[in-house]
Amino acid sequence: MKAELNEQALLKGLAQNDSKAVETLYKSHFTMIQHFVENNNGSFDDARDVFQEAMIALYEKVQLDSFVLTCQIKTYLFSICKHLWLKRLQQMGKYSSPLSAHEESISIEMDMGQIEKKDAAFAIMDRALNSLGEPCKSLLEGYYLNKKGMQELASQFGYTNADNAKNQKYKCLMRLKKLFFAQYNIGD
Amino acid sequence: MEDIQLLETIEKYLSGELSDQERMEFDVIRQKSADIDQMVVEHKLFLDQMETYAKRKNVAHTSQQVFSTLLANGEWAPIETVMEPSKVIQLWSKYKKVIAIAASFGGFFAIFTSIIVMYLSPSLNGSQLLQLSKAVEVIKKNQQAQGHLLNEVKTKVPENAKLISGGSGFLIDTKGYIITNAHVLKGDGAIVINSKGQELNASIIYSDVTNDLALLKIEDKDYKQPKSIPYAIRRKISDLGEEIFTLGFPRNDNDIVYGKGYLSAQTGYEGDSSSYQIQISANPGYSGAPIFNSNGELIGVISTRQKLAEGVAFAVKSTEILDVVNALKSNEKTKDINIKLPKFTSSASRNRKSQLDNLKNFMYSVRSFN
Repeated sequence: MKAELNEQALLKGLAQNDSKAVETLYKSHFTMIQHFVENNNGSFDDARDVFQEAMIALYEKVQLDSFVLTCQIKTYLFSICKHLWLKRLQQMGKYSSPLSAHEESISIEMDMGQIEKKDAAFAIMDRALNSLGEPCKSLLEGYYLNKKGMQELASQFGYTNADNAKNQKYKCLMRLKKLFFAQYNIGD
Repeated sequence: MEDIQLLETIEKYLSGELSDQERMEFDVIRQKSADIDQMVVEHKLFLDQMETYAKRKNVAHTSQQVFSTLLANGEWAPIETVMEPSKVIQLWSKYKKVIAIAASFGGFFAIFTSIIVMYLSPSLNGSQLLQLSKAVEVIKKNQQAQGHLLNEVKTKVPENAKLISGGSGFLIDTKGYIITNAHVLKGDGAIVINSKGQELNASIIYSDVTNDLALLKIEDKDYKQPKSIPYAIRRKISDLGEEIFTLGFPRNDNDIVYGKGYLSAQTGYEGDSSSYQIQISANPGYSGAPIFNSNGELIGVISTRQKLAEGVAFAVKSTEILDVVNALKSNEKTKDINIKLPKFTSSASRNRKSQLDNLKNFMYSVRSFN
């Protein structure tokens, strides 16, 4: 019961971007993934990438409305990593024999479908922001992501007053929305 | 103008900043106008997406940061380093006794034959030998003189401190702020050496392992503040194939070295969007050296060298320097540091030679010690 509570607390921490929780997850589970990837044609760096991706997937899973974790975090992380690594091996054309693994895993195809949708939305926003160019990108990130005030942004970007910054922000926002909605399908 | 106000109102409406009165009025407007209602719905969706994006980005950042910290603390080792010793090492440990005995025999034999040869050979080469020894004397004298000089200019590295890493760096604010790579600063303390060989004390202000950028400040009474810095930090992404050059201290002797190349990809290792791939002959000491385009604008900072390919290197984009400066502002401890990044490039019209002559005054060799 106690272990279960701890797992819940960890997931809550991950959802709130608490670095202590993230650290615990790395400390308890990374070695397992490292062994798995390195035993299956991968490098340390591959293991790092796969684990990083799995952490994001776990985070997205926790965010889902229907979120229930029906197994241990360990099993879940391992299942995601196995799925991701298999996919990457296939992309590289390296995959031939069944993967060797000592850990138990569960089927996560359904979850992965939902998570991949989230990945796609993230990628669209990321591409849209990155194709804006400067100073638009930093200005919007400052306002919407880092929640800075217009006054502060005005001085940071060298605008003479907050109104000028607001004007600029509006123009940038319109461009970003256009870029974003060009690829994002409402109701999908 | 109207559109701006409308959007501002929608944002306030969605974030609950409107008063009850205003909100009711806006609700009426929404009911009357399908267009405005559509705008509200769409903007809410967009803001939600932004929020989701921001949160996930933060989680990814934390995750990377935690991983780097744990890795640096030796939590894990790549498996390569714990592999069994290679064949050569195995052979060496097996046969080292035999090799030692064989080597000492060889040594004795060499000495023995040279004595015989000396004894038997005519003394024809006497004068040449004399000249040679004279040369040795000259070198000796030089060394003594240098020894004096070295004693006079005392090093600023504290006694008992061990130099453990080094690289290059460059000035971004005339007050003495220097950008270098985070991996250049493996120790707790740092000194910088200007292109004239003068050592200056510096303190480490900020280090970002993920972007591999760090900020130093020269804190030394001997530091002469320049009037201005002749290169602007580029705020845009540079073009593929752009001609670039660098100035750094890849050698141990504090001599500044110039290198030329071109920008070969707009992303770095494995598509990393925070860095460029560049074609330049980069040596280890180039870490932290600036990359300029042909206009003399600063476009990046050399960071890592891919071991596989010759001449391929990576550079952190100059836009990441802006991020460092912004990060300082959001940190309680460093928020009072007011860095004024240079905005104008004044070395553009010069020819390369005089451009370099000017630029080298803003370049520093960085040493870190424990």
